[in-house]
Amino acid sequence: MRSDREPLPKTTAIQLYRSLFLARRSEEYIVEHYPENLMRTPMHMSMGQEFVCVGVCAALDGTADVFASYRSHAAFLAQTHDTDRFFSELYGRTSGTGEGKGGSMHLAAPDQGHILSSGVVATQIPVAVGAAFANLRLATGRTAVAFFGDGAADAGVFWESLNSAALFRLPMLFVCEDNGYAVDTPRAARQVAASLTEAVKPFGADAYEDDSGDVESVYTLAREAVTKARRDRRPAFLNIKCCRYLEHVGIGTDWNWGYRDQATVEREWIARDALKVQRARLASHQVGESAIAALEQEIESAIQASVQRASLAPIPTPDRLHAGVFHAKA
Amino acid sequence: MRKLDYAGAIREATTQEMERDPRVFVYGIGVPTWSSIFGTTKGLVEKFGPERCFDTPISEDAMTGFGLGAAIRGLRPIHVHIRVDFMILATNQLVNMVSNYIYSTGGRLKVPLVVRAVIGRGWGQGAQHSKSLFSNFTHIPGLKVIAPTTPSDVKGMLTAAIRDDNPVICFEHRWLYWAEEEVPEEAYEVPLGVGRILRPGRDVTVVGLSWMNVEARLAADILARRGVSVEIVDPRTLAPLDEGLILDSVRRTGRCIIADCDWVDSGFSAELSARIHEKCFGQLKAPVRRIGFAHTPCPTVRELENEFYPNARTIVHAVEDMLGLEAANLDGEDFFSHERRFRGPF
Repeated sequence: MRSDREPLPKTTAIQLYRSLFLARRSEEYIVEHYPENLMRTPMHMSMGQEFVCVGVCAALDGTADVFASYRSHAAFLAQTHDTDRFFSELYGRTSGTGEGKGGSMHLAAPDQGHILSSGVVATQIPVAVGAAFANLRLATGRTAVAFFGDGAADAGVFWESLNSAALFRLPMLFVCEDNGYAVDTPRAARQVAASLTEAVKPFGADAYEDDSGDVESVYTLAREAVTKARRDRRPAFLNIKCCRYLEHVGIGTDWNWGYRDQATVEREWIARDALKVQRARLASHQVGESAIAALEQEIESAIQASVQRASLAPIPTPDRLHAGVFHAKA
Repeated sequence: MRKLDYAGAIREATTQEMERDPRVFVYGIGVPTWSSIFGTTKGLVEKFGPERCFDTPISEDAMTGFGLGAAIRGLRPIHVHIRVDFMILATNQLVNMVSNYIYSTGGRLKVPLVVRAVIGRGWGQGAQHSKSLFSNFTHIPGLKVIAPTTPSDVKGMLTAAIRDDNPVICFEHRWLYWAEEEVPEEAYEVPLGVGRILRPGRDVTVVGLSWMNVEARLAADILARRGVSVEIVDPRTLAPLDEGLILDSVRRTGRCIIADCDWVDSGFSAELSARIHEKCFGQLKAPVRRIGFAHTPCPTVRELENEFYPNARTIVHAVEDMLGLEAANLDGEDFFSHERRFRGPF
């Protein structure tokens, strides 16, 4: 917990809450409607760990090029706030981020800095390194951010990417959404290093750790990290402890599977749920309950409207199957 | 016109494209070093600096993702592998990522990435420095795959590949690096997806892949002296394939031998053969025949290596067999020997 930091301004606190609520409510909508079998795409839910992507994307304030994993929803919405294209893609409509060809695991809004999320663990990480190289060479002022789970740190390509980014002196963020599990397998069964943060340091990245579960703490940390990364032309590694509330893939909980204990998770994580904490913080900024409720209702309406637009959008026609395998010459 | 060898043609295409477009860069293990990938990247670091021509860690997987990331964010990378055997480490990125970034984004992204892979026989290279693996990559939708044979083709096709907004894998047989011919000095494109008739003929079509076109030309010379007219078709681009050119040739000759420098089983020759049988069945005078590596790992000892690799003799005998001719005595013929140019070690 970074208890020494200055409180963030009210506008930032509200902005962070909006993003958190948008991601949470969008996924709650999915949980309610997934059983209708109209969103036929495997979903790896962000619920519980949204504060990581929300804090980092807000800290970069639109300058991030985000490369997310299949646990893509929070990253996508935090970066784009684009519920229209989000739900259109989940419903498989031509108005989606990949005209329905991508689905939940492959969300793409490169024009809004969410490049493309990826369904194979760790594959997006080296792509972010290449984007960081291009951003530096072309002086775009943008910063590549790779989001991944702690399971990705089992993979060789994570270490290859880290080494390469430091060797090439690329300012970028490696953000580990460290929820402690790779699917259902706990870290202790996969990694020898007691601390991933410590293990990363000799590879030439500035390594930070945060177990606050708090969006403002992540926001502040990411601002510090990206400032230093840009100044020193060094990658930064952020190990953000978090908790996945739902099962690895799908909308259910997994308490009855015996590998983690509901009471412990509720005590250690859900009791200090980032949304709850941030909502309370708004009250301390003298944002009244009615104003908060109005903000929430506005987001709720936006989600409903996006779903409505998605339902009216065309389903791709069969001829779209073969379209777009290659980029047509301009 | 001045003559240039195949390695020089690659170097010239790369140089001209790097001069023309500051977004183009070339990288890979050993690229800027003294050996410079058989000379194909020689002088580039001196001319363009270490920001546009650089070495990498032995991290093929990450370095392929790196190229993808650079490509989709505005640069035009050329990634070089001194052996295709090492490029297998990058299969995850090539197959799971590079090939479908355009499709999965509904065409929102361009992927102007060129991946060069050296293939071919060396000097006792053994099981891990000898593969071609064409069909591993032609199997994957979203990848363009080229295997130019001649210096003028490699210059024009590599130029076209660098200017292409799609990922292109370029296979280069190392023995081709010594081939010389007249090559235009100015930059030009040979369009991808267009094959070429290397030698017109009437009696039998030989579809050659990469180095096997050199062997096919030798075989055709020998057979011409026996009154057999061989047509050699070089697909040049393996994916997307110029199927029409091959089918037209086979329809004219009625006979086809596919000479691949790769394994036959589930190889690119199987794909070609299937298409020819599907589309020219009524016009075939004989079943399509395929030539390629023996279905074993590549042995190191020379005597077995000679058995493993097909060559001009293999092609001559296949043609004779297909036409019902007696096998000629080839003892007096002058076949290619890499020993004249190369005695190892790498």
